[in-house]
Amino acid sequence: MKMTGAQIICESLIKEGVEVIFGILGGVILPLYDTLPQYPQLRHILVRHEQGAAHAAEGYARATGKVGVCFATSGPGATNLVTGIADACLDSVPIVAITGQVIKPLIGKDAFQEIDITGITLPITKHNYLSLDTAGLGETIKEAFFLARTGRPGPVLIDLPKDVQLNQADFSYPEKLKLPGYKPTLKGHPSQIKKAAKLISEANQPVILAGRGVIISGAYKELKCLAETVQIPVVTTLLGISCFPESHVLSYGWLGMHGMAYANMAVDAADLIIAIGMRFDDRATGRVSGFAPNAKVIHIDIDPAEIGKNVRVDVPIVGDVKSVLSELNKLINIKENIEWIYQLDQWRKEHPSIMIRDCDEILPQYVVRQIYEKTSGDAIIVTGVGQNQMWAAQHYFFDKPNSLITSGGLGTMGFELPASMGAKVGCPNETVWCIAGDGGFQMTIQELATIAKENIAVKIAILNNGFLGMVRQWQDLFYEKRYVATPLNCPDFVKIAEAYCIPGVTVKQKRDVGPAIEKAMNEHGPYLVNFMVEPEENVYPMVPPGASLAEVMEEPKKGVSKWQQQNTL
Amino acid sequence: MATTKHALVAMVTDKPGVLNRIASLFRRRGFNIESIAVGHSEVPQISRMTIVVDGSTTQVEQVRKQLEKVVDVIKVSDVTGEGTITRELAMIKVKATSTNRSEIMQIVDIFRANIVDVSSDSVAVEVTGDEEKVHSLYKLLRNFGIIEIARTGVIAMTRGGESSSMMEARQPKSRTKKN
Ligand SMILES: Cc1ncc(C[n+]2csc(CCOP(=O)(O)OP(=O)(O)O)c2C)c(N)n1
Ligand SMILES: [Mg+2]
Repeated sequence: MKMTGAQIICESLIKEGVEVIFGILGGVILPLYDTLPQYPQLRHILVRHEQGAAHAAEGYARATGKVGVCFATSGPGATNLVTGIADACLDSVPIVAITGQVIKPLIGKDAFQEIDITGITLPITKHNYLSLDTAGLGETIKEAFFLARTGRPGPVLIDLPKDVQLNQADFSYPEKLKLPGYKPTLKGHPSQIKKAAKLISEANQPVILAGRGVIISGAYKELKCLAETVQIPVVTTLLGISCFPESHVLSYGWLGMHGMAYANMAVDAADLIIAIGMRFDDRATGRVSGFAPNAKVIHIDIDPAEIGKNVRVDVPIVGDVKSVLSELNKLINIKENIEWIYQLDQWRKEHPSIMIRDCDEILPQYVVRQIYEKTSGDAIIVTGVGQNQMWAAQHYFFDKPNSLITSGGLGTMGFELPASMGAKVGCPNETVWCIAGDGGFQMTIQELATIAKENIAVKIAILNNGFLGMVRQWQDLFYEKRYVATPLNCPDFVKIAEAYCIPGVTVKQKRDVGPAIEKAMNEHGPYLVNFMVEPEENVYPMVPPGASLAEVMEEPKKGVSKWQQQNTL
Repeated sequence: MATTKHALVAMVTDKPGVLNRIASLFRRRGFNIESIAVGHSEVPQISRMTIVVDGSTTQVEQVRKQLEKVVDVIKVSDVTGEGTITRELAMIKVKATSTNRSEIMQIVDIFRANIVDVSSDSVAVEVTGDEEKVHSLYKLLRNFGIIEIARTGVIAMTRGGESSSMMEARQPKSRTKKN
């Protein structure tokens, strides 16, 4: 049957199971938008900035595991997507971005709003396309979704000239794909798995380092089985948080710059690191030359290029985490690493890391802990970047699988609001809390309009410290408190929310924290709580930049005497 | 080839922008390309690239793996070492006078190179060989004064009956079955 390119796109999106698209239109993507009403199954959510569309697609994808979709027009529409695409690339998030492009005869002529978006996104996509042929659109969409979702997931961009959307062609959705250069290895090599099993049986001080790969491949059960059978402590990366229940006796928090001191100490003292679906990011490893100096390393990852990239590896296993772990679990025997576990428990007692100081002011950590208590841990937490992110990751206890959504690799301020929007759209039955920084919140604040218009019931908690807090912390610690350009003049966020018809409240007293959270949760729609928190609170522990994990700083520089022994596992 | 140099043979699909994808990857990861040569392969619609990188400045295995991640790249092999034939073609234009032209021709003869152009004040020499041979000839000709030099970059192939591109397996199976 003959169809227009725009119809072929819509038909193909439906074949791929797409339910929702975030986007903003413009001249050269109008044909596609004009076709949307023919396909009511495709819900379009008009965002207020294309960066929001990309982050919302990411939030949707991160929360559901499905491919998120965003649309933008050519030129500035496309360039506005770039931050979100880069974010998805660094955190292996499957999204498909479709951009309009000027008509084919104008390409290369610097036409109005022509930009080489495939060139721009070359290094930040898993793959991208400039589609020049209407008849090939079905195949391109199928490939794009396949590439985005399989292997190591990632963003794929399709640039679509206006005439390609308008031209007609026969539509039949291809059954098979021709991708001779793309064959992700899913099954681990049996002899490598055997070697890993042997190292595991010989190790006395093993540590599992679990990353987002565990979540992506859904290997929760397999990871638990490995950890429990051999009694191996589990430390996660920031993005690995919630791949293993944090209340589990074998859970020892997460590692890295603001990870738990005992997690970093465990990694530092380990004689075997079993790295699973993680990529040894420098924020996680600290100074690489000082990373786990006494450990052999088993590295399981679906991306062969990650192996040996940052850290030397003794036993590499390329494959899907779930498949590799289930094979590995067949070869391991029950073991008890009693002394090692005892040692770690000792360290956890001596360096509890995540206590909350007793004080009358509202500590941001306290706000996070209250959100945890009021949600009983049954929520999806989406964070901004900076101190708010670290406190959310530290003070919420993540037992629920895949319950933390955070921008890890790119560290994108402004991620929080649109991503939480996408997460809530993808998981309407979950409680979604957006824990925002007052700085980052202002970077994508316009999505309040989208949230209000579509009645997306995200609960927003701004940890309002009046600063670009994390940078202020670095100025405090490493630049003799010269607070250059970090103080923020924040507007009244509640008034702003009200202008968008979103109810909210500002909380200035500690005793009002809990009730405000409850109020937010009892509200049917979106709700904003502006928590005026202690402005100069710092995040600890901290591994200073360039230091090794063993050099973790625990004590705040400012003398704070009284630490409250509260809820520290 | 000097021991630290590695020749990577990449089989890539003939699509617009493939070269750009590869160049972009090298730039962005800070890999240094010594030379790159591209041409058709034995399989239609698949090009063969020979990329030479210096192993002392660049992690060759990382380069290989990152290249393989490019969706349009089908296969990458490191064909460095004893079992490899490498060749490069160079054209070297040198200053020449009637008095020293014969001397140049003698050198060219020794290297089994060819003279492809002669003018009143220059000769253009064409030489094929491994990098060392090309370099040795260049060193000798330098004394006469080099006007310009053009090199194709190295291409490489393994010795013996195997294909260094390992593409056979990807050709239609029926062909091998019939024989
Ligand atoms: C888009 C972007 N710009 C700049 C930075 C650098 N940066 C990292 S954290 C931070 C401060 C964040 O401030 P805020 O959102 O208020 O969060 P806080 O640290 O105060 O919790 C900045 C500026 C960044 N990560 N992202
Ligand atoms: Mg702040």
